[in-house]
Amino acid sequence: MNRLRSAMIVGVVLLASGCGIQPWVKPYERDRLADPIMAWDRDALSSAYLDHVREAREGSRGATGGAGGGCGCN
Amino acid sequence: MHRRLAQRAALALLLLVRATSADVLPDDRADLFYSKYSGGGMDITGESVLVRKKFTENFAVEGSYFVDKVSGASVDVLSNASVIKDERKQKTATVQYLNDKTTYSLSYINSTERDYISNTTHFSLSQSMFGDLTTLTLGWGHTTDTVGENNGTALAWLGHAEDSSYSVGLSQILTKNFIADVNLEVITDDGYLANPYRSIIYVDPSSTKGWGMASQVYPKTRTSTAIQGQAKYFLPWRAAVTGSYRYFHDTWDITGNTYELDYTHPLANIWILEGRLRYYQQTHAAFYANVLPFNGYQNFEARDQDLASAENTTIGAKATYAFLPDGWKMFKRGTATLDISRISYHYLDFSDFKDFQTGYVPGTEPLYHFNATVFQLYFSMFY
Repeated sequence: MNRLRSAMIVGVVLLASGCGIQPWVKPYERDRLADPIMAWDRDALSSAYLDHVREAREGSRGATGGAGGGCGCN
Repeated sequence: MHRRLAQRAALALLLLVRATSADVLPDDRADLFYSKYSGGGMDITGESVLVRKKFTENFAVEGSYFVDKVSGASVDVLSNASVIKDERKQKTATVQYLNDKTTYSLSYINSTERDYISNTTHFSLSQSMFGDLTTLTLGWGHTTDTVGENNGTALAWLGHAEDSSYSVGLSQILTKNFIADVNLEVITDDGYLANPYRSIIYVDPSSTKGWGMASQVYPKTRTSTAIQGQAKYFLPWRAAVTGSYRYFHDTWDITGNTYELDYTHPLANIWILEGRLRYYQQTHAAFYANVLPFNGYQNFEARDQDLASAENTTIGAKATYAFLPDGWKMFKRGTATLDISRISYHYLDFSDFKDFQTGYVPGTEPLYHFNATVFQLYFSMFY
């Protein structure tokens, strides 16, 4: 019970401090992050197609940026 | 019959806002896309068009249309004398609404083949926080499928399947040169999950050839969990390197590991060159067997090559050329992109059916491997 209470207190403190977080990378320091070469997916159509090719021959699926249903391919 | 997994891929492009910030909608663009996949006995060509338009700074609509044409079939399908030509048409519509730091996306996807109909609804919410250093994305999707089998002369509808997906993603700016991203997705399936075009092979001493074939029997449910982490770093000479890892496990006992490394290098503000290496490995499903001791050996039986123990390696290159730097009429700029990948597949407990027909005793035939080439060419106009 004490552990639970301690965890709750830590959680509340973290949440409260989170609201007060100051951005350590200022907006004017994000020019490199805004460069197109830093985008996760520059061309979503192409990324989606490559995901399709991979999932057609692999048992794994999901967590690549999309979400939904899927199965095998001929 | 090359089916519903394309729905998943289509959904990947819906999360355009997943990058570094959720408080600006992406630019208007139109894409013309051509693709070709050759390998393992199959040729697949794809043609697609995508149009995206912001009507206000807060509201955008996107639509795409994709046509896949397949000829040939993979070796496990050949074993079942399947049809060898097919076509799939997929339509996608998405609306996005931005409210302060939150982006809402709602999508509908319809995919139709002669023997497969699939409809997906997907909703996602992205929230920027902590001075836009962090973006949290929550997603939910639901798909219904109608599964059929076309034996070349007649079409039989076999059943229905449904799946639901639940995802959460966190993108984080770590330094002015470094961003990271974590995604978790759980997918649950229920219904007819087998592939009607595959068959099991079992030892049959009563047959002169020594083996027989029978239909696959799959479980009617599946739940999978995947978690991916990736990081991207801006190098001092204006280039970017990306590393990613994904862990996958499901209730069919498939465990998968994916590793990828990308390098992106611009040249003179006209070209962006990219190289990538990818390695994937998986264990087989609990009910998979290349050859069963007899038919009915276990309650679930499969010989789908996608469920076998396997590994593959990809080497890829991509070049993007920027044109119209000063714009033209309504267009601000354009790009042309060529992307080529070579994938080498190796199976650890799956063999080519043709080897059974050429006299190998079941269980002694060589393991199957093949190479595939994936070609993409597309033009993008931004306006």
